Amino acid sequence: MASLQVVPLLEVAQENVHTTTYRFRADFGGAPGQFVMVWIPRYDELPMALSYLGPVKGITVHAYGDATRAFAAFRPGDRIGVRGPYGNTFRLEGEKVLCVAGGTGMASLIAAVEAFAQQGATVTTAVGARTAAELLFVDRASASGEVHVATDDGSRGFSGFAPALAEKLMDKHTFDLVVTCGPEIMMRAVVDASRKRGLKVQASLERYMKCGIGICDACAFDDRLVCVDGPVFTGEQLASSEEFGKFRRSKDGRRVPI
Amino acid sequence: MRAAWMVDLRTEIAGLRLRNPTMLASGFLDETGGSLLRVYNAGAGAVVTKSIGPAPREGYPNPTVVELDAGLLNAVGLPNPGIAEFEREVRHAVKGKALVIGSVYGRDASEYASVAERMASYGAAAIELNLSCPHAKGLGTEIAQDPEAVREITRAVKEAVHVPVFSKLSPNVADIASFAVAAEHGGADGVVAINTVKAMVIAPEVRMPVLANRYGGLSGPAIRPIGVRAVYDIYEKVGIPVIGVGGVDSGRAALEYVMAGATAVQVGTALVGQGLAAFERITKEMMYVLEEAGFKSVQEAVGVAHG
Repeated sequence: MASLQVVPLLEVAQENVHTTTYRFRADFGGAPGQFVMVWIPRYDELPMALSYLGPVKGITVHAYGDATRAFAAFRPGDRIGVRGPYGNTFRLEGEKVLCVAGGTGMASLIAAVEAFAQQGATVTTAVGARTAAELLFVDRASASGEVHVATDDGSRGFSGFAPALAEKLMDKHTFDLVVTCGPEIMMRAVVDASRKRGLKVQASLERYMKCGIGICDACAFDDRLVCVDGPVFTGEQLASSEEFGKFRRSKDGRRVPI
Repeated sequence: MRAAWMVDLRTEIAGLRLRNPTMLASGFLDETGGSLLRVYNAGAGAVVTKSIGPAPREGYPNPTVVELDAGLLNAVGLPNPGIAEFEREVRHAVKGKALVIGSVYGRDASEYASVAERMASYGAAAIELNLSCPHAKGLGTEIAQDPEAVREITRAVKEAVHVPVFSKLSPNVADIASFAVAAEHGGADGVVAINTVKAMVIAPEVRMPVLANRYGGLSGPAIRPIGVRAVYDIYEKVGIPVIGVGGVDSGRAALEYVMAGATAVQVGTALVGQGLAAFERITKEMMYVLEEAGFKSVQEAVGVAHG
């Protein structure tokens, strides 16, 4: 079993108005798309995508709830618990890849953007956020290829949602793979748009989790589990899903609309 | 390769026919119909649901799980969607032909009975009473310490349903066999032993217990010898079947329970390392070990360790 490691934070970097990156060393690997369970002592334990791989790993966290807001006050030297890495990975099988990120979805997708570029693929990234001030990792993505920006309020780049920008790019350029991470309604639009054009697509899902290791059933998704069968699912898997973009499970296990 | 598949693994508990003696233990992959069915189709003889109560319950905040070398510590705190909402999950699994055992809890005998009655009406083939959750305040801990409560709840549920009723017992007592006797007096069709062992893990770096609930229940290979001893003790004291649970991660481990007196075994924590393939691995190994030992069926091996 993957045992819990309690480690000090090496670096804490404010990425934008509400999002912070925390760097730490941990004695385990990690591949693009995988996540770790992060214990914020006294507050919570949450699944977080690895936004940096390698010996000094990173997680990038949007402060949206009590625990993540408390986490925003953590400084280098403060300790967190980490266990993992868990889940499957983005399959890096494409030469001309379109990466579509919405909001904090970029935290998971950026590791794939960089990995695709490293293996010689041509990477185009469409990154969306509500406002220019909330954009994430535009510079990191730019170092790996072309970047197009969408903001809901039009404060930078394309005025509108990331899927609309992605569709324009799909129609203008040739891609052999689309990968996406972001709000599920957004990913549903990206998956549908990709499949309509016959493009292979992979999407990384997010669900409430307790265990992260395939036992508690909190992240059940049809008859699959986001923690061990995912978080990355293929367009074919998602097209046949009754729940993708429609239902999630609440903390008490009820099936509720997204 | 010799014909180990000649060993008959089919078994029967209180009229419930199982294709093999393994069951999914309550608390693992059993909050949704899709998962229950998937586990059944992976080879479990039956699947036990998450413990369901009268109303939705979120459970404890995280951390709820600590992975250890020889087991798993958890304090999930009985999260469940409530018996009304759970209908669609049970029906989904039953429609897919899974043999479903519904685990239920409540605050008192009448709550247990009303939840059990609805669980049975959805198509559950049997009821398991969670009389022993070691970490949910007011829901099980006190009941687990009181043989009279075990008898009374078992009796109330027996009167409410027409399917077999299995009482699941806590090891966190001085003499577990006396609780099995209480369940038998309440009319139980079988007992399940053991629930998790009350335990704690502390992270020295941050000077605090890891679980948000501080205390949790330990499962996995670390508790197997405790479970085997409990089943052995219970088998000597009651005439009803025993279902063994606690650290069953191989065919040999399953047969320890069988030879101590268990008619069937439940598998939970093994799924962490082995995934759903655990059921097939365990049943295959049971067949080989039984054949080596000269048994023609698993039923012949029940209780043989008592000599």
